[in-house]
Amino acid sequence: MNNPLVTPELGLIVWTTLVFCILFFLLAKFAWKPILKAVKDREASIEDALGLAEQTRKEMVALSANNEALLNKAREERDEMLKDARTVKDKMINDAKAIANTEAERIISSAKEAIQNEKLAAITDLKNQVATLSIEIAEKILKQELATAEKQRSLIDSAVGEINLN
Amino acid sequence: MQPILRGGKLRLMLKNNFIKTLVFSILSLIFVCSTQAQDYVEITPKHDENHKTESGDEKYDPIPAIMSHVADAHDWHFFDYNEHSYSMPLPVILWTEKGLVTFMSSAFHHDNLGHHAVEKNGMRFIKFNDRIYQLKDNAPVEYDIEYVTKPLDLSITKNIFAMLMSVALLFFVFLKTANFYKKNGAVAPKGIASFMEALIVFVRDDIARVNIGEKKYMKFMPYLLTIFFFIWFNNMLGLIPWIGGANLTGNIAVTLVLSAFTLVITNINGNKAYWGHIFWMPGAPAPVKILLLPIELVGVLTKPFALMIRLFANITAGHIVVLSLISLIFIFKSIAMSAVAVPFALFISVLELLVAFLQAYVFTLLSALFIGTAVAEHEHH
Repeated sequence: MNNPLVTPELGLIVWTTLVFCILFFLLAKFAWKPILKAVKDREASIEDALGLAEQTRKEMVALSANNEALLNKAREERDEMLKDARTVKDKMINDAKAIANTEAERIISSAKEAIQNEKLAAITDLKNQVATLSIEIAEKILKQELATAEKQRSLIDSAVGEINLN
Repeated sequence: MQPILRGGKLRLMLKNNFIKTLVFSILSLIFVCSTQAQDYVEITPKHDENHKTESGDEKYDPIPAIMSHVADAHDWHFFDYNEHSYSMPLPVILWTEKGLVTFMSSAFHHDNLGHHAVEKNGMRFIKFNDRIYQLKDNAPVEYDIEYVTKPLDLSITKNIFAMLMSVALLFFVFLKTANFYKKNGAVAPKGIASFMEALIVFVRDDIARVNIGEKKYMKFMPYLLTIFFFIWFNNMLGLIPWIGGANLTGNIAVTLVLSAFTLVITNINGNKAYWGHIFWMPGAPAPVKILLLPIELVGVLTKPFALMIRLFANITAGHIVVLSLISLIFIFKSIAMSAVAVPFALFISVLELLVAFLQAYVFTLLSALFIGTAVAEHEHH
């Protein structure tokens, strides 16, 4: 008798063939097809996503380069504007200073004039008052000097005495 | 090998036990078969006395025990306890000259030595070394080998039952996986799909695409995937004692069928260049061409033949090594021996897990390679 280990049994051959065929067709239709399709679809979608990401990255690089340029330009513009503003400011300050100076001079001169006028007026007033005062004092002295008849006489006498009738 | 009258000891089956009832109820759901009680005829094969004296001295012989574990069987044996054998009967389906005969393997009452003949449709059947023979009508009570014929045996044997279970498991796993994608679309896989997808992509990218080529590999993907997972699952299930344990992919009939599929698929897809290389090797002088023709023709068969032998030998060898290690305990008749046998058997079992995957991979890889050579577009120099 043959070694049973290496003698294929016909029944097992028939059943294996049958079962394997059924397994193959059912799995092929209901398992492998949808699974392989899903895996492929996903791989395609992942590839698409990666491609998109790469493209986006490139766009981002381009965009950031653009941004850099824009930023530089903006910076330059800003510097320019700052420079302009500084000039304008300086000019304005200088102008203002000049105007203020003239104005101040004008105010000072008018003030000086006013002071001069006031001084003159005050001096005039003082002179008048001194004059009035002098007259009053002279009047009082005269009144004192000519209070009596004798005094008047003496005065006339002295005055007459002085008259040199040559 | 051994003469016909050699085998394990007579096994009796305990009726009305729980396992049998359970298993019977499961089986009756799966298979439509006649389970009526059979009439027995006590018969005695000649030379049986030798065996009885042999088994009388209680010496454990590991070879028949291992061989019966590695070989196919007509019932699913679980264990022996108190001289009783506990096993799941399987349907016997025979095609005889009088037509189809079916009965449950329990009708043999665990006889594996041709003692019990099952009478059915006026024919007598005996089981010897897990193969069923028909007794000729004129067979005497003490029959001999010339009184038996072999009917066409289409029984659901242990291996076929294991194969059906593995197929059910394959359907469960991969329809679940397919269902995941149907439900969720092409998203990142989760659960069972995430594990299986890695393997499917492995088969696709590292086996099919590499060996068959970008243009044609998709056509062969279903076959390669089926064969890969069929072999792998059955290799793995064969390593589980009791619930698996059937040596399906270590059975030459199964590997024969699988390699025959590869043979057929390779050759029906063979293109002009493939056949050209077989019949009229381009670029060789005419006498060499004639010399190469028979070599190439034999090569067509030897390639799948090597596939058949490789898978069969690898898986059977693994089973034999594990069983031999466990047999040490019975050879030395000492439980202390398990301290040696169990770690070694564990080591080999873990190694077999690797072999289970590796052999599935190698079978699929070589199938893809053969298909690849058959469909390859050769540049003309």
